[in-house]
Amino acid sequence: MLKFTLAKLARALLTILLVMSFAFIVLRLSGDPAQIMLGPDAPQDAVDAFRARWGLDDPLWQQYLAYLKQIMTFDFGISMRDQSPAIDLVLERVPATLALTIPALLLKIAIGIPAGIYAALHRESIADRGVIMFAIFGFTIPSFVLGLVLVLIFAVNLGWLPAGGQDGWEYAILPIATMSIGGIGIFARFTRSAMIEVLGQPYIRTAMAKGLPWREVVWKHALPNAAVPIVTLLGFMVGALIAGAIVVESIFSWPGIGRLIVVSVANRDLAVVQCVLLVIAASMVMANLLVDFAYGVLDPRLRHGHGAH
Amino acid sequence: MSTLLQAKGLIQQYRTAKTFLGKTSTMRAVDGIDLTVREGEILGIVGESGSGKSTLGRLLLGLEPPFAGEILYRGHPMPEPRTPAWRRLRAEMQLIFQDPLSALDRRLTVSAQIGEPLEIHGLAAAGSERDERVAELIAKVGLRQDQAGSYPHELSGGQRQRVVIARALASNPRFLVCDEPVSALDVSIQAQVVNLLRDLQDREGLTMVFISHDLKVVRNICDRVAVMYLGRIVEEASSDAIFSDPRHPYTRALVSSVPKIGAGLHGRIILQGEPPNPAARPSGCAFHPRCRFADADCAATIPELELHDGRLAACRKLRHTLRSAA
Amino acid sequence: MSFVSVRDLKVAFDGVQVLHGINLDVRRGEAVGLVGESGCGKSVTWLAALGLLPGKAKVSGSVTVDGQELIGASPRRIEAVRGAKIAMIFQDPSSALNPVHRVGRQICENLRLHRGLRGDAARTEAIRLMDIVGIPSANTRFDLYPHEFSGGQCQRVLIAMALAGAPDLLIADEPTTALDATIQAQILDLLSNLRRQTGMAMVFISHDLGAVSTVCDRAAVMYAGRIIEANDIKQLFAAPRHPYTRGLFDAIPDLDAGRARLSLIPGTVPDPKRLPQGCAFAPRCARAGDLCREYQPELKEQTSTGLTACFHPIPIGSANRQEVFA
Repeated sequence: MLKFTLAKLARALLTILLVMSFAFIVLRLSGDPAQIMLGPDAPQDAVDAFRARWGLDDPLWQQYLAYLKQIMTFDFGISMRDQSPAIDLVLERVPATLALTIPALLLKIAIGIPAGIYAALHRESIADRGVIMFAIFGFTIPSFVLGLVLVLIFAVNLGWLPAGGQDGWEYAILPIATMSIGGIGIFARFTRSAMIEVLGQPYIRTAMAKGLPWREVVWKHALPNAAVPIVTLLGFMVGALIAGAIVVESIFSWPGIGRLIVVSVANRDLAVVQCVLLVIAASMVMANLLVDFAYGVLDPRLRHGHGAH
Repeated sequence: MSTLLQAKGLIQQYRTAKTFLGKTSTMRAVDGIDLTVREGEILGIVGESGSGKSTLGRLLLGLEPPFAGEILYRGHPMPEPRTPAWRRLRAEMQLIFQDPLSALDRRLTVSAQIGEPLEIHGLAAAGSERDERVAELIAKVGLRQDQAGSYPHELSGGQRQRVVIARALASNPRFLVCDEPVSALDVSIQAQVVNLLRDLQDREGLTMVFISHDLKVVRNICDRVAVMYLGRIVEEASSDAIFSDPRHPYTRALVSSVPKIGAGLHGRIILQGEPPNPAARPSGCAFHPRCRFADADCAATIPELELHDGRLAACRKLRHTLRSAA
Repeated sequence: MSFVSVRDLKVAFDGVQVLHGINLDVRRGEAVGLVGESGCGKSVTWLAALGLLPGKAKVSGSVTVDGQELIGASPRRIEAVRGAKIAMIFQDPSSALNPVHRVGRQICENLRLHRGLRGDAARTEAIRLMDIVGIPSANTRFDLYPHEFSGGQCQRVLIAMALAGAPDLLIADEPTTALDATIQAQILDLLSNLRRQTGMAMVFISHDLGAVSTVCDRAAVMYAGRIIEANDIKQLFAAPRHPYTRGLFDAIPDLDAGRARLSLIPGTVPDPKRLPQGCAFAPRCARAGDLCREYQPELKEQTSTGLTACFHPIPIGSANRQEVFA
């Protein structure tokens, strides 16, 4: 079991390293920060000085090695714009993002999963059709469209809620609603199909044949089995807690990670972009690890070190 | 009858990944098999799950190379998989297996399925020559010509198995390995397919290895039978000898386990325990933990296949106990 | 009076009728076989009786247990019958157990429901039941999961679960079909021993006529959603009257016979969506006349104990098999 855990961790670190390397190279190939930071009319010696200051005139592989060395010592670089450590800029923004994504995730779980279960248990009823329609609506409408529509209705026309900014709890309502509607649909749809699949399994018939009341069949026999695919989806959503708000933060001018990455990419503030990507990659990899361990808890067949016989 | 195929000392083992890092164990699916298949016969291979009978079938066809041992087909060693010589042999040897639906391509019509091997092996030019050949094959396996345009899902299980057989016959094979070809079929359909295979043997002089756990079907179709237990042959003889006078304690239990109409449960040999896991093979004779005649010797040494009364059997007790018990 | 009485039971899925009025009685303590090929409705009959079919199935008719009506009864009343009066075991034992719960816990669930046992008392009783059904070292295996058991042992666990409610009737739906031959023999042996010890009745659903003949007192043969023949075991197998029954018997190879060509029933089972007019077997029957193609024969008394649904039943004493399907 320990071996298994260590192997998983090693693989997680390798994934992060690959993501970082990829980001490093792509960023270096996608435009010159000196040009963008200093503007197109900057004198050549200012540009050269800027490049020398940030090591941009070294060959790419040397920059890469230096970067690797740097992150090994948990030094994530200095922002080219603010001149302050990039990691501080990033961590400073995390709470604002989580203030949107965590309530949104809780809403998705609290509404999506029960709706999916209900729909599966009442197949082809009006409620089931309603859930399917809502799910399709939820994940076909892009969040920037949905966000703008909500702003038009609740901020512009009705004037009930603010259209953007961060000045109190009421500012969070529209962004959270925008983010959770699609997720609720996805959860409902996923839960519904997982439950329908499980309810058709022979062991459900066995549970019914032993005289168990239907409620207990659902709670004790169907749900624990349907949990495995649901947890997979949950893992994705947890992994996206930090990265999932980029579009919504931009619409509602919410000062979170999403806004930071958009601004930093536009400015080619390399250290900050890399640092945000690192945090995002780490959160996704962590979520994946959690899902892997959850599998073992939920399904004994997926437990390791437990061979048959 | 001349020898078509001969297997000598066949061993096949697979690695089973037990833990995430390193530590693997090996599992011997086939553990030292000598077998001769004669031209024109139907040789039955019976055994329970885990006995290695399907692996043996794949080895005999050269679909996977053995870990040890060799196979001679018409006196020549089997070529390495995926070489040109090996590909040429594919036309001569065909495999028919249990689930006809998964063996067929859902998107192709019956005639396209049957015509495919003709194209692969370059046996008939596209156009009327190929159509004629397909029509001939459709007739040979007892399908109707108007079913040529049907898709697999439009056919019944028995009809699909006929398509599989027709496709296998397209390349004019001389040697067929049938792995549980009728196990998924209903009784009345099973009889139709068994009769078809038997007719093909009679008319075309095909040689077949018929792998099955259904002893009644094996009894009906096979000339000779080899009984496998945990990767080894424990008894091999003519079908008549095996079923009317089984000698190896395992064969006797196996034959006795088939419920006979009107016989009731009396006098049946009920074995204790289950077939062991190939990854944890018992010492000596693999059957000894379940054998009522076994003693310390049986647990110590692996018995070889020896001639007993016109059959091959691998049992140390055969000379003494069984004769008095029989 | 019979314990279970099925009257004119009909089932339709999405408007396609698959059961066309079944009449069947099971008396206390007797073993009844239900025989037929896949799709004939033998399992559906009992799933419908116990309300275990999916919601889209339309069920009509009457099923009474001890005089109490089940069709249309409240869920609570049917749940009180399931497991307590009538228990059921299924074809594929490995997937019939919940993979995420320990087997001991699954047995204890039955003990809680039907005997009010909890905690240590339930554990002790569950281990006793596992012993009775022949699971070795039950004490340690209580805490294992279904995937750590072989198919045969899973079936034993299911039988232990069924016994937990001390049912008056056990419905065994193809309990040995997915198992190896020697394990099949063990399970058949176990079932008939348990029946002798507990006196419970059994309905044994199977396509394996040999197995039915060894464990049942009488049997009913089904074809296309109807019972077409019913008789006590000896007479049914000695002198089948319905041409389908006869054809089914003849299509099964006999272990004692040689390599005789199998006699077979031509054609296939009709699609329930497109049943022929009259007797559903008529298109495949050599004895069919105009009457058979026009009208549905009723299941009527033919000999002292037997019922047959046929206008032209095979005369008693006709020994010549070939006469039926010339």
